[in-house]
Amino acid sequence: MSEITPEAVARLASLARIALTEAEIEQLTGELSAIVDSVAKVQEVATPEVPATSHPIPLAGGLRADEPGVTLPTEQALAGAPDHDGSRFRVTAILGEEQ
Amino acid sequence: MSAAATPGAGSAAESYAASRTGSTAGSNSDLTRTSAADLAALLTAGEVSSVEVTRAHLDRIAAVDGDVHAFLHINAAAIDTAAQVDADRAAGVALPALAGVPIAIKDVLCTLDMPSTSGSKILEGWIPPYDATVVARLRAARMVPLGKTNMDEFAMGSSTEHSAYGPTKNPWDLTRIPGGSGGGSAAAVAAFEAPVALGSDTGGSIRQPAAVTGSVGVKPTYGGVSRYGAIALASSLDQVGPVSRSVLDAALVHDVIGGHDPRDATSIPDAWPSMAAAARAGQSGDALKGVRVGVVKQLEGEGFQAGVKSVYHETLELMAAAGAEIVEVSAPHFEYAVAAYYLILPAEASSNLAKFDSVRFGLRTEVPGGTVEDVMGATREAGFGPEVKRRIILGTYALSAGYYDAYYGSAQKVRTLIQRDFAACFEQADILVSPSAPTTAFKFGEKLADPLAMYLNDVTTIPANLAGVPGMGLPMGLAPEDGLPVGLQLMAPAREDARLYTAGAAIEQLLEAKWGGPLWAKAPELRTR
Repeated sequence: MSEITPEAVARLASLARIALTEAEIEQLTGELSAIVDSVAKVQEVATPEVPATSHPIPLAGGLRADEPGVTLPTEQALAGAPDHDGSRFRVTAILGEEQ
Repeated sequence: MSAAATPGAGSAAESYAASRTGSTAGSNSDLTRTSAADLAALLTAGEVSSVEVTRAHLDRIAAVDGDVHAFLHINAAAIDTAAQVDADRAAGVALPALAGVPIAIKDVLCTLDMPSTSGSKILEGWIPPYDATVVARLRAARMVPLGKTNMDEFAMGSSTEHSAYGPTKNPWDLTRIPGGSGGGSAAAVAAFEAPVALGSDTGGSIRQPAAVTGSVGVKPTYGGVSRYGAIALASSLDQVGPVSRSVLDAALVHDVIGGHDPRDATSIPDAWPSMAAAARAGQSGDALKGVRVGVVKQLEGEGFQAGVKSVYHETLELMAAAGAEIVEVSAPHFEYAVAAYYLILPAEASSNLAKFDSVRFGLRTEVPGGTVEDVMGATREAGFGPEVKRRIILGTYALSAGYYDAYYGSAQKVRTLIQRDFAACFEQADILVSPSAPTTAFKFGEKLADPLAMYLNDVTTIPANLAGVPGMGLPMGLAPEDGLPVGLQLMAPAREDARLYTAGAAIEQLLEAKWGGPLWAKAPELRTR
């Protein structure tokens, strides 16, 4: 069995920026342990001599020509934002009081 | 599922119905049961207008989508778009082959003029500032977008039960799942609400819904169709593809959306043959003669429903009788595919979904006195559903220091082993076959409480995504024990999508000769209102 604790789930949730409730942390702890035990099966055949594949179809190059073109106008880019000041996204304070 | 348990169910269709007076719902059923290929021919010949075809489908949506809930949004401009095609045709403008044919679009694809939510509350009402390349290509082909179809949130699921807007129902049995994540597109096509649709397939999200709704669906070669503007789930696995009721219709849509796109760095720059020509070649009679069909040993047996296996073996016999050479092939590492997939996918998804940070688009949940970090945490807690949270946390775990090599690194090695298995199988066979899904459509709620059971439903479809090879699902019959559709999966080597269309069209023709018509003709009538 993998050793996934509620504290570990809370830590992962904080890294992933999801403010999980206590009940969710409890449920995920059990589910995650079961899932991790199941997917750990990959270790049975992943021996050192097998190279890793990150991409299914290798493509060489892939750079396009660097040509000026039409880009997204500011107004359109901001249209779906939760908050903006007409030229920039407006966010909540990034720095806490202590900084 | 009661209406109360499915908030938003039918709301898109009902608002359309309410906007129309003197609805002709129930008529024009011949147009809604006509293939895209035949509709294109009727439109070209001037025997029907795009407005008539589009209206027939919108009326069908208004009549049945309150029960089916395939759509999240109906395109209010559909009739205007169709009228413009009709006007251009009347003026003698040269039009592309599918001009005026309606199409439904999975909500994972960005559309300039319609909300694109990917089935999530975090993107509720969001209208993208650009079109996905595949959507732009549909518009350039003068097809008529009918609306956006329902899906599991961010394409995570096999049943649409993870949609934030309530599940889609299977038109063959409204108490059963339509598959997922693209259950909306498959159900729309199966319920005659659209002749064709677009889906996306990361681990089977086109092929498994096609299987359980008696439809056709294709996951192209990775890089064969642009991913630009497809809201990313797992970037090394996602592919956009067609959903339809016939192999030729899927090919026609594939030809519209496929081909190189400079906006997608993973798009293959090669020229592609016509998939429609490949499908038509398959209809010519003896296309299966001498074709080596590899039966993948690992993709049947334990966990597969008896009726799925019996229909599968009848189909193999039919193919053999038509001259196909049936060979058994072995892919020993396929049994590790689901495990590798549920490490790679969450890892990539946890990274891709980091962009939902409450800053540039979508939901923001304010936290009085909180920092931006608090706001992000609260927003993502409120905006993501349970399956999305589960996979983000799993992906974060798989990528964290100390576990990376053991989990994500090992999964990437399994990916290599699966590619090698495919290469060995394709030494012995021209195409590989398996059932598209291990079971017919299951009941709502049956696998919802057990994520692992839900994940195992993708056992047949995942290997093709991990290796980037193309896969097609097409109906091969009804399971004797429940009368529900069973799908056949075909797989070909990377870049050989045309081979699938030729073989698929040939098999479809054999099956339809046996049934005396298409399988969808056996679907039960839906209640109309």
